[in-house]
Amino acid sequence: MPLNMSLRMKSMLLTVVFSIVLLGLWELVVQPPESTEPLTEYEMLLGSSDQEARVPPPSKVITLAFKELGDPFYDAGPNDKGIGIQLGYSLYRVLTGFFMAFLIAIPAGFLIGMSPLMYQTLNPFIQLLRPISPLAWMPLALFVIRDSEASAIFVIFICSIWPMLVNTAFGVANVREDWLKVASTHELSHLRTAFTVILPAAAPTILTGMRISIGIAWLVIVAAEMLVGGTGIGYYVWNEWNNLDLTAVIFSILMIGLVGMILDLLLSSALKFVEYKE
Amino acid sequence: MSQYFVHVQNLAKRYPVKGEKEPTTIYENANFGIHKGEFVCIIGHSGCGKSTILNALAGLDEPTEGGVIMDGQEVVGPSLDRGIVFQNYSLLPWLTVFQNVYFGVRARWPGWTKEKLDDHCNKYLEMVGLGGKGKLKPSELSGGMRQRVSIARAFATEPKLLLLDEPFGALDALTRGLIQEELVKIWEETQQTVFMITHDVDEAILLADRIIVMSNGPKARVAESVVVDIPRPRKRSTIIDDPGYYKIRNYLVDFLVNRSEELSGKSPQPNEYPVTVNPVAINRPSDTEPPIVIDQAAEKLSVPAA
Ligand SMILES: Nc1ncnc2c1ncn2[C@@H]1O[C@H](COP(=O)(O)OP(=O)(O)OP(=O)(O)O)[C@@H](O)[C@H]1O
Ligand SMILES: [Mg+2]
Repeated sequence: MPLNMSLRMKSMLLTVVFSIVLLGLWELVVQPPESTEPLTEYEMLLGSSDQEARVPPPSKVITLAFKELGDPFYDAGPNDKGIGIQLGYSLYRVLTGFFMAFLIAIPAGFLIGMSPLMYQTLNPFIQLLRPISPLAWMPLALFVIRDSEASAIFVIFICSIWPMLVNTAFGVANVREDWLKVASTHELSHLRTAFTVILPAAAPTILTGMRISIGIAWLVIVAAEMLVGGTGIGYYVWNEWNNLDLTAVIFSILMIGLVGMILDLLLSSALKFVEYKE
Repeated sequence: MSQYFVHVQNLAKRYPVKGEKEPTTIYENANFGIHKGEFVCIIGHSGCGKSTILNALAGLDEPTEGGVIMDGQEVVGPSLDRGIVFQNYSLLPWLTVFQNVYFGVRARWPGWTKEKLDDHCNKYLEMVGLGGKGKLKPSELSGGMRQRVSIARAFATEPKLLLLDEPFGALDALTRGLIQEELVKIWEETQQTVFMITHDVDEAILLADRIIVMSNGPKARVAESVVVDIPRPRKRSTIIDDPGYYKIRNYLVDFLVNRSEELSGKSPQPNEYPVTVNPVAINRPSDTEPPIVIDQAAEKLSVPAA
């Protein structure tokens, strides 16, 4: 398919061109003023002259990126850990909370989707709890759990449960009547019907819910770690801000984007496996 | 008491109407029977209740009154003894063609070994002419091929009764003709009992031993049982040369065009059976004469020559 290929090639080429233009503009805009006036008092207060009060240029960010990614797992005390270690902590929390939410949301979603009674009963709870910002749970979690690590995981759990729950229930409730008839005319038990007909039929919707969940969880973990501190990429960003190391801040922002993108890619390629065309 | 393999007794279906106390009666006191190995078609205008009757036979839908006895047992729910081919194929789109057939066969014989299940599925896929297509997904097939898969799945479970709800309604005339012939071939090989809904008079004549005609609803009537007295094997190309063909065809068209409307709204009495008619045996001097009833008492109905 040469036509397709060329579209792909064109888009890749344009992406590269755009990135170069953007990085170039960025580099130009943040150049320090030509004049070599002595530092103001305020600038001196901020620190040495190489830590100017300006957004760092991409060249500096790239240099830092090479340095950090060259040794991502170093550990030099509580306030100086490699980016890999910090991302690892965040990923661990996100995946733990997400997995716990998965274990509850999928069966509960099946229950709600299959039983109108359960739907009617549980729907008010879901509608009330779903719009709550996950971070609003943090104080309560800290008080009840008395552990900042577990509280962060709890916050991830609570924010990733809703999209999975709602999507599972929706997918299960909307399985085509015909397919259920096929199951019942083949005398399948409820359990077998759930696994061999409803699950594959609803799988794309369920996986879409999981994809939304992990996206939200990755958004929330940064904020949660800024609150609880200690470790993780959210803490890292905040810590570098406190050190006024904007280069590191920008570098970690980009890393957050990169990891989020990879998480989404993983789930979207899993989605391809369960998708079907009618 | 009955010598029928499938016996529909005083079946009624009513649906509640919004804002009214009385439900509408789609049909009531529907009585008829199907013999073992017989191919019966039911024909009638849209909305008269054919699908409702088929669903009652399948056990998918509970009748308001009356019941269905199959092989001496009351039908109370869906069963593997009754295979169904739906109008819209109802294949599971995430499974391949082979897996769709396998789905049915494994449900039927859970104890079979993998090899035995595979062989059985392949046999039926060959039978419908899809031997090489097992690995495709239903979405990669044409409408006609999908319906063949659906037929293979139903026949492969070897049900005692096969129910088809307008299986060829969505197909073009050429494909329909091909699959009709395949269906007859498989039916002759397997000796299954078939009950099929159709809108197509020619299709009914080609396939059926007997055609049950329904009048228009509401209060539709299972009005008559028309014997198709044309020897088998029948071919689409030669059946029109049979002297009986046009007699049956005219009789059915006359019923559908003129009489089905007249009969609408008149429910039969309890235990009233449709009259049996053999248009081929009627030597009518003119087409305007009323049809001649051969046999009022359906209980004496004889098995048509297969
Ligand atoms: N769930 C329902 N609620 C109310 N009325 C219904 C319901 N299902 C079917 N009906 C009515 O029952 C009648 C018979 O429906 P049915 O589907 O059996 O018709 P049909 O003979 O199969 O028609 P077609 O040839 O168009 O498929 C129709 O008039 C329809 O409006
Ligand atoms: Mg119908």
